Amino acid sequence: MIEFLQQLINGLSQGSIYALIALGYTMVFGVLRFINFAHGDVYMLGSFAGFYLGPKVLKQFGEGPSYAGAITVLLLAMVVCAIIGIVIERLCYRPLRDRPKLAVLITAIGVSLFLENGGQFAFGADPKSFPEIITDRAIEIPESWGSLSALTITVSQVIVVGVTIALLFLLRYIVLHTKTGMAMRALSFNPLAAQLMGINNDIVISFTFGLGSAMAGAAGILTSIQQPSIDPLMGINAGLKAFVAAVLGGIGNIPGAALGGILIGLLEALVVGYGNPTYRDPIVFAVLIVILLVKPTGLLGRSEREKV
Amino acid sequence: MRAQLTLIGVLIAFGAASPLIGGINPYYYDILIGVGINIILAVGLNLVNGYTGQFSLGHAGFMAVGAYASSWLTLRFGYSIGNGALSTTTVYLLALLGGGLGAAITGLAVGVPSLRLKGDYLAIVTLGFNEIIKGVIQNAEPLGAQRGLGGMEPHTNFFWTFGFAALTVYVVVSLVNSTYGRGFLAVRDDEIAAEAMGINTTKYKVLAFVLGAFFAGIAGGLYAHFKQFIHPEGFNFMKSVDVVVMVILGGMGSTIGVCIAAALLTILPELLRYVSRIDALPDWLQKTAENRMILYSLLLIILMLTRPQGLFGSRAAVRKKS
Repeated sequence: MIEFLQQLINGLSQGSIYALIALGYTMVFGVLRFINFAHGDVYMLGSFAGFYLGPKVLKQFGEGPSYAGAITVLLLAMVVCAIIGIVIERLCYRPLRDRPKLAVLITAIGVSLFLENGGQFAFGADPKSFPEIITDRAIEIPESWGSLSALTITVSQVIVVGVTIALLFLLRYIVLHTKTGMAMRALSFNPLAAQLMGINNDIVISFTFGLGSAMAGAAGILTSIQQPSIDPLMGINAGLKAFVAAVLGGIGNIPGAALGGILIGLLEALVVGYGNPTYRDPIVFAVLIVILLVKPTGLLGRSEREKV
Repeated sequence: MRAQLTLIGVLIAFGAASPLIGGINPYYYDILIGVGINIILAVGLNLVNGYTGQFSLGHAGFMAVGAYASSWLTLRFGYSIGNGALSTTTVYLLALLGGGLGAAITGLAVGVPSLRLKGDYLAIVTLGFNEIIKGVIQNAEPLGAQRGLGGMEPHTNFFWTFGFAALTVYVVVSLVNSTYGRGFLAVRDDEIAAEAMGINTTKYKVLAFVLGAFFAGIAGGLYAHFKQFIHPEGFNFMKSVDVVVMVILGGMGSTIGVCIAAALLTILPELLRYVSRIDALPDWLQKTAENRMILYSLLLIILMLTRPQGLFGSRAAVRKKS
């Protein structure tokens, strides 16, 4: 039982990372109806932004790891990723907006490969050790909690889940209660009508890319707090898993992406804990295939008819 | 009839040239066989991605099935069938065929459910199947699991590789130019309209997929019996991307273009390796040349932005839908 709870806790913190990345997929899909293959690599770049900025920022806040420093690193990485996301959209996707989907898909794969291999070229292919921006340790659970005290919960796990929840609420606020958020929803509903209502679609799309990429950047920092070994190819696997999460929750649906991320994280933890760890990736893809065949709209998605 | 005669003529020419070519520098020979195998892969994938317009990203998975199935067959039966009643070449060809059929059956199993999806989803699902196939092989002890599988006899030579390449080109070209094969193009150009005209679109899509997988399986078998060692990581997502880049560069729906692109992209990394050793060039250029994937990715992006139909393709495959 304790072991099961332990797996759930591990799965929850990994799932939070997937959820944050999945948000980017789902938001971009919402406004542009295409899958930004390069999104997982933006997450990798967030991690590397933290790797290069981290030590410099921490110096400004005195010696050693500090929470103020960690928050600054997180915010900076989010800004860097937002800019990268906007630039990618501007340079590679916008010129192709009225082309067939296949051309955009191929471009997205190209961008993804470019970031991965350009990353290997610029940062070096070998794994790097992420600087310690917070002191990670196990939280003491009081003896009075009985057998629960055998659980291991680390500070980083609490931070990851906490920051994810905070970002989810922030995103919810932006999408539901701001004018830009309303424009995003309008665009997602009907791009032409949105334009006729005086919405500048280009700006809204750029904003969506920025927002989604910022979430991926945050995920990059959060994952590096937990697993300090980062490399330029780390985005491939995480990106694919997050994509599966977005589809599982219903692509285009923001709460669905969060839910899907958590579920995929839990599933992975359980496969690793109770099954064969080498089946971790195949099982996640099997989930994707099953969901696409049984309920292609995902758990929380609505169906859409293709018009002639 | 003309096409058949050409095929037979080409096969005879390859057969005559094979002993001569077998004697060239092993390094060039290696590249040459690589060109042939990649032509089979790319022309097969072109039937799916180019002519039928279904974007598959899992071609390496089928190649893996073919490579492992044929290797398992030759390793298991190669030396013992009927105490030499069958020549080793016959066993080798049967094994290739077995690998191709294994891949085709896998293609059917993958294609029937996933071809209900379109575009991005299909790409991801085929990628997922590629990972699943790899994962299964990694856990299959009789296939060497994570260690890879070795010990196959090197039966693949110039004749078999390019013979099968010629056969692949022949089958694909004849098929899409036949009355029946127009259905592939119809599915690509407008699926809904094609369906309204009474074309069984599912059947065409699955057929393209199964044929593509079959040829990938053959290519895998040729590869396994040339390199004499195969490893699950050799058939990962990156290998699939390699083949996709060949199809896109050549032009989706242009068999000749795809053949040229396959040859170019097989030779290019070797040329780049050569360039990266020229000391007179600036350091960054040498380093970039070492990493061919950077160039591939830029090639993809720039091609899509400026010439989406590829070097030799027709506009139809990437035409703007009204």
